[in-house]
Amino acid sequence: MTEVKSPEVTAPAAAVPSEPAGWSRLRPFLPLVVLAVALILPYSTLHLPGIFEGALNSPGTLQLLAVCLVFGGLAAGYDLLFGRTGMLSFGHALYFAAGVYGTDILITRVGLPLWQAAPLAIVGGIILAGLVGAVALRTVGIAFAMVTLAFAQVGAILVARDFGGLTGGEEGLPLDVAGVPSGLVGVANTVNLYWLALAYLVVVVFVVHRVSNSPTGRVLAGVRDDERRIGVLGLDPYRFKLVAFTLAGGLAAAGGVVYCLIVGGASPHITSSELTLSLLVMVVLGGPGTRWGPVLGGILYMYLDHRLISVGSSGAIDALPAFLSRPLSQPLFVLGTVFILAVYFFPGGLASLAPRLALLRNALRLGPRRES
Amino acid sequence: MDAVILLTLTGLGLAALYFLVASGLSLVFGLADVLNFAHGLFLGVGAYATWWAAGNLPGAGSDGFGFVVAVAFGVAAGTLMAVLVELVLIRPLYSRTIEQVLVTVGLSLAGVALLQATWGADARPFPRPEWTRQVTTILGAQVPNGGLLLIVAAVLVLAAILAFLQWTRYGLIIRAGVENREMVTALGIDVRKAFTLVFAIGGAAAALAGALGSVYFGTVSPQQGGSLLIFAFIVVVIGGMGSVVGSAYAAVAVGLLQQFVNYYGTSGLGDICVVALLAVVLLLRPQGIAGKVATA
Repeated sequence: MTEVKSPEVTAPAAAVPSEPAGWSRLRPFLPLVVLAVALILPYSTLHLPGIFEGALNSPGTLQLLAVCLVFGGLAAGYDLLFGRTGMLSFGHALYFAAGVYGTDILITRVGLPLWQAAPLAIVGGIILAGLVGAVALRTVGIAFAMVTLAFAQVGAILVARDFGGLTGGEEGLPLDVAGVPSGLVGVANTVNLYWLALAYLVVVVFVVHRVSNSPTGRVLAGVRDDERRIGVLGLDPYRFKLVAFTLAGGLAAAGGVVYCLIVGGASPHITSSELTLSLLVMVVLGGPGTRWGPVLGGILYMYLDHRLISVGSSGAIDALPAFLSRPLSQPLFVLGTVFILAVYFFPGGLASLAPRLALLRNALRLGPRRES
Repeated sequence: MDAVILLTLTGLGLAALYFLVASGLSLVFGLADVLNFAHGLFLGVGAYATWWAAGNLPGAGSDGFGFVVAVAFGVAAGTLMAVLVELVLIRPLYSRTIEQVLVTVGLSLAGVALLQATWGADARPFPRPEWTRQVTTILGAQVPNGGLLLIVAAVLVLAAILAFLQWTRYGLIIRAGVENREMVTALGIDVRKAFTLVFAIGGAAAALAGALGSVYFGTVSPQQGGSLLIFAFIVVVIGGMGSVVGSAYAAVAVGLLQQFVNYYGTSGLGDICVVALLAVVLLLRPQGIAGKVATA
């Protein structure tokens, strides 16, 4: 029933035989290079007109980038469920919201300092994910999706109805900065938040990578491919799925803590099922079950979601006739359409583009010799 | 006593709305294994088409026979939309469940955004016949007519669907397909025609829910479908996937529970009780009240 199976064992060398030798030696270091560029990026005053509004180190750009990085991490964490274990959860927003609202309430309402509030919020998210997972994992497949959706809806209702006056209801809850270290407060310190988001992304990618390469990760891949076989082998799929679900919930809660600091508060729309749906879109667009696909998908999605609004209200789109310009000014219309097209034409997402192009290049260059 | 009767009838009105959305979802899921996230979009299309027809279509209006024409136009638009979605988007992905879910997710995002782009994000007043604004006194309780209209419509739809399933050849194929699709295919019957039919029925019911629900609420907005859809999902799971009668029972249970707890407890508590009911049903009887085991 899952769409991602373990990769058919293609010997990588045979699939892409003609890469330049230097490139294949450099390739393992590419993520480090990207990381180094991302680290020093705030020192650049480069203007990229059309891509960002201000200079690269302007607070607005840095905040947008920080949000993108957090969602890259969230998508990677969600992929632990969807791409690597084959669980279609529609309730991931709940654990993210637990992190955001947990931090915000503990700091603003209870008055704890950040270094106490953040671990408490993350532990709360982990416990919540464990409890919900324990119930929801009694079902499988589509029923599991619906049950997680229903539980996440409870979270959304609790936040919106503002029981006990904790969450601020529809208005949201601005973060009280008294409990936050001064290095993370204010427009001038956006760069620190950017580095924090980058650190979060690195941690998530590292954790997901370690887990999926561990023996547990191989069992998870087995659950995705054929759950019954794992049962026949004497392992309990329920426990492994619960571990993955809880871990992903904890990672999402940690992302919530970072997001709360970046945005400076909590608003009820992050609890909606739409957030989970957009996580799903990010993972599928990026390439489920791959190391960098979900990260790229998350970053790109959030970037487009923000940028398409300003592009939509720009002159170039306005000049088009109304039946074109109005839909194009809705980011969700564009992203939803791209998503549907991606499901049909790029089932592996962005991550599958590179091997596909390489195959095409080889076929063009080597042509008849590869036929043998 | 008045309050109890009023709550019962408004709860049944809510149940009628849930049933209209859930019956189609349940049939589609039971037969084709498609969890249709775009079902809320059919509802939105039905509501907006009715709203548009009441203002612009010659012969249609907001009162009397003109309103019937407007609702009929809305239902036709929802049905057409559902059939197109099945033929163009769902059919090529036959038996690939997850991709089908993903496509309907994308469609619900894009479709709602399109409604929003065309008619704005804010709720618009819905043209409704004067009598639906009035109340009827039943046993001392003042019940809004819009709710009664919903109940009548849902009962008629339930009767029509059951009669269709019971006494027609296509109904037989659908029932058999819900039971065991492979066997029906093996007997040489093209189940995919039945898929289209089930989508059409579901789309029509959802569009009717959109039109009459807008009459009940008095407004129409792009997000209406999405919030109803989650409770319709819950109704489908509690009722048992693929069972129309189960959906009807579950809709009544959910509607009444929500209405009574929201009135006697804190506002919002009813919604949470509904999810608690879902958890209890899943733990005690994972296949729902009357359905096949809920697996993909």
